[in-house]
Amino acid sequence: MSAPALSFNGATMEFPGVKALTDVSFHVHAGSIHALVGENGAGKSTLLKILSGAYRPTAGGLALGDRAQGFRDTSAALAAGVAVIYQELHLVPEMSVAENIFLGHLPRRAGLVDRRELAAAARRQLELVGESIDPATKVRKLPLAQRQMVEIAKALTRGARILAFDEPTSSLSDREVRRLFTIIRDLKARGCAILYVSHRLEEIFALCDRITILRDGRHVETAALGNLTRDEVVRRMVGRELSHIHQYAPRPAVGAGLAIKNLTGPGLAAPVSFAAHAGEIFGFFGLVGAGRTELLRLIYGATEKTGGQVLLQGARVDIAKPRDAIAAGIVLCPEDRKKEGIVAVRSVLENINLSARRRTARAGVFINESWEQANARQRIEQLRVRTPSARQLIRHLSGGNQQKVILGRWLSETVKVILLDEPTRGIDVGAKSEIYGIMQDLARAGVCVIVVSSELPEVLGTADRIAVMRQGRIAAVLDRADATEEKLLRLALPVESTPAA
Amino acid sequence: MSNPTARRAVADFLDRAGMLLVLAALFVVCSVGVENFLSWRNLQGLSLAVSTTGMVACTMLFCLAAGDFDLSIGSVVACAGVLAAVVMTRTGSITLGILGGLGLGALAGYVNGFVVARLRINALITTLATMQIVRGLGFIISDGKAVGIGQENFFLLGNSGFAGIPTPVWITAACFTVFGLVLNRTVFGRDTLAVGGNTEAAHLAGIDVARIKVVIFTVQGLMAAFAGIVLASRMTSGQPNASLGFELEVISACVLGGVSLTGGVGSMGFVIAGVLIMGIVQNAMNLLNVATFYQYVARGLILLAAVLFDRWKRRRQVG
Ligand SMILES: Nc1ncnc2c1ncn2[C@@H]1O[C@H](COP(=O)(O)OP(=O)(O)OP(=O)(O)O)[C@@H](O)[C@H]1O
Ligand SMILES: [Mg+2]
Repeated sequence: MSAPALSFNGATMEFPGVKALTDVSFHVHAGSIHALVGENGAGKSTLLKILSGAYRPTAGGLALGDRAQGFRDTSAALAAGVAVIYQELHLVPEMSVAENIFLGHLPRRAGLVDRRELAAAARRQLELVGESIDPATKVRKLPLAQRQMVEIAKALTRGARILAFDEPTSSLSDREVRRLFTIIRDLKARGCAILYVSHRLEEIFALCDRITILRDGRHVETAALGNLTRDEVVRRMVGRELSHIHQYAPRPAVGAGLAIKNLTGPGLAAPVSFAAHAGEIFGFFGLVGAGRTELLRLIYGATEKTGGQVLLQGARVDIAKPRDAIAAGIVLCPEDRKKEGIVAVRSVLENINLSARRRTARAGVFINESWEQANARQRIEQLRVRTPSARQLIRHLSGGNQQKVILGRWLSETVKVILLDEPTRGIDVGAKSEIYGIMQDLARAGVCVIVVSSELPEVLGTADRIAVMRQGRIAAVLDRADATEEKLLRLALPVESTPAA
Repeated sequence: MSNPTARRAVADFLDRAGMLLVLAALFVVCSVGVENFLSWRNLQGLSLAVSTTGMVACTMLFCLAAGDFDLSIGSVVACAGVLAAVVMTRTGSITLGILGGLGLGALAGYVNGFVVARLRINALITTLATMQIVRGLGFIISDGKAVGIGQENFFLLGNSGFAGIPTPVWITAACFTVFGLVLNRTVFGRDTLAVGGNTEAAHLAGIDVARIKVVIFTVQGLMAAFAGIVLASRMTSGQPNASLGFELEVISACVLGGVSLTGGVGSMGFVIAGVLIMGIVQNAMNLLNVATFYQYVARGLILLAAVLFDRWKRRRQVG
């Protein structure tokens, strides 16, 4: 076999108090899609950041072909044909699509930017990824999936031969995921080497040729995917038997929980009504953009509603802002945790206790330090948050661990209703089943659990009843017994289009 | 192998102790190199000089930590002093004079807070406006001239002392302690940092963002007014053109103390260090007879250095 397109040779990365990578070595070949998996905090993103030149390894490094390389910064990596596409994309929102694609090397004529050439060239690049966006559109106005395509087009413009994707599908709809896969396969056919990070094993088995498994920053195995089963991958990732694989168990509904009457507001096409019982797990399925997040935000008072009522255990509650909702016993774990969840410059401890500290403060004023520490410790254990200590700044945690901290914040509250928006996005398989377990425990304790998810197995596996949202309204509410993947998908698809095969 | 790790550890230590080390070094250098620096008289003068900055830096810390800032404080210091002087002269009552000054400060602060938090106008613009309004009011009230004060008892506030240390310095020390405790030990302090760190997340976590900002600005106004009254007592008059450029001095001291201008980061210990560093440099320059024009340049350079240091720190954390 020819020299691998990319090799990691003993890559090691230490942060104060954390050894993120220890002596990681493996090869990635041209014309192959290579999966990189591991639990939250295993070191996947760190490895990609070394590849992109954002981090310099404390020892070891990488080689392109048979040439050892150490990138001084991201532009050096780009110049060498390496592009890393992060989950938070690195585009300039206020600039046009074309300007973003050619950022740093705009076509010029007589010293000035050649607008016409720029637009034409951008259009050509976008065609390569099958997009027909107007190159003059501001990136800010594009949905996430299209931004991703712009980012890929940008990488191709720089002649990237090695592309790495960090959890690219976690906020995409099914159809967008299929589009992305087509493009990645196309890149592979053109001889690019692809490194693909994801927590969704189904995707990995559908897309990838080879796999590298990391655990605690160490290389566990690199193999052809055909030689491994899903269970084997999981076992090598977590290094233990999963303590309990979540199993649905019926629970009695214990009375009135959350009832919504004729709720209207931005993002909803028609008044929305539904009732979820205490002790019930009530799922919301739908495509990205169906109005589920907006609905939860309206209930929670994060967006101002224009009409309708919220009833809690039969009694009307007035919710004008999140504070009112929390006081009534309703909490929301938001979808966009980076923007709406984490306070990046504060510690894990402070982030966990951000809401609960008001309830536990001494005389309502002074921080109850010992309670907060005990609570932080409990949540860190419960959700297996990988952090050197509760004092660590949350922004130094891996993406999935940040998610867990925010979830932990809302589990610290004693509530009547918990609204979970995509609770397992970016979270590894082990913790996922842990979270399903927690949802069940909450429901069994009489909490009304409302969960929004775009993952079919997740709603089907946890919810007692499932509401399907489509284009800003509830299309149907199904009992668990009647719900099948096919039915849910058919209900979720926009009415104009024919159901996909 | 351990070399980069060791370097990181050193950098990490500098991170945590940085400004305190600078302060200690500066103190030693001045003690050795500047004549009269260590004399009791000079140290008293130095501490008095930093007492005004120190008081207001306490509340500015909260303002910056919440992601805002306040340019109107210099004007409030002057106007509150003038108003207190005028009221005292007219009514003969020290109490009424002090209350008048404080009332003005609280009102100016409340207006700042209301406009920034409820009407969501940028803090830079808002406080730039109140800065000029309040400065103007000071000139109008005093008719542009210094207002002498006849109440001798009032002078005790600024000119008395206890255990050899001037009263204003005691007051400043008390402020450091109280506001330091509020920042670290109370829900209000932690909420302030959360608001500055991520306003949206704080709001969704049930924090009343607007209320916190209004309180911070109001207390900031009160504090500036109080500092102005103490200053008037020290100078035995209210001066409408007192403390020009004071706001920049206070913000500089805070930034020097590692308070992030983007909010969410700050601690009282470092602010104290920042205030002292600024004060010592100023004092040393005076002792060395550095001309005022050069002092401006020097102060600006120090601030620039502090900001660059901050940037370097942040870059290192990211990369
Ligand atoms: N800048 C940093 N400072 C300190 N520790 C860090 C920093 N960046 C990452 N880490 C730590 O390094 C480890 C690996 O993080 P990394 O982001 O690579 O994980 P990951 O495999 O991408 O996880 P996830 O699936 O959650 O995204 C984590 O324990 C994390 O806390
Ligand atoms: Mg990651």
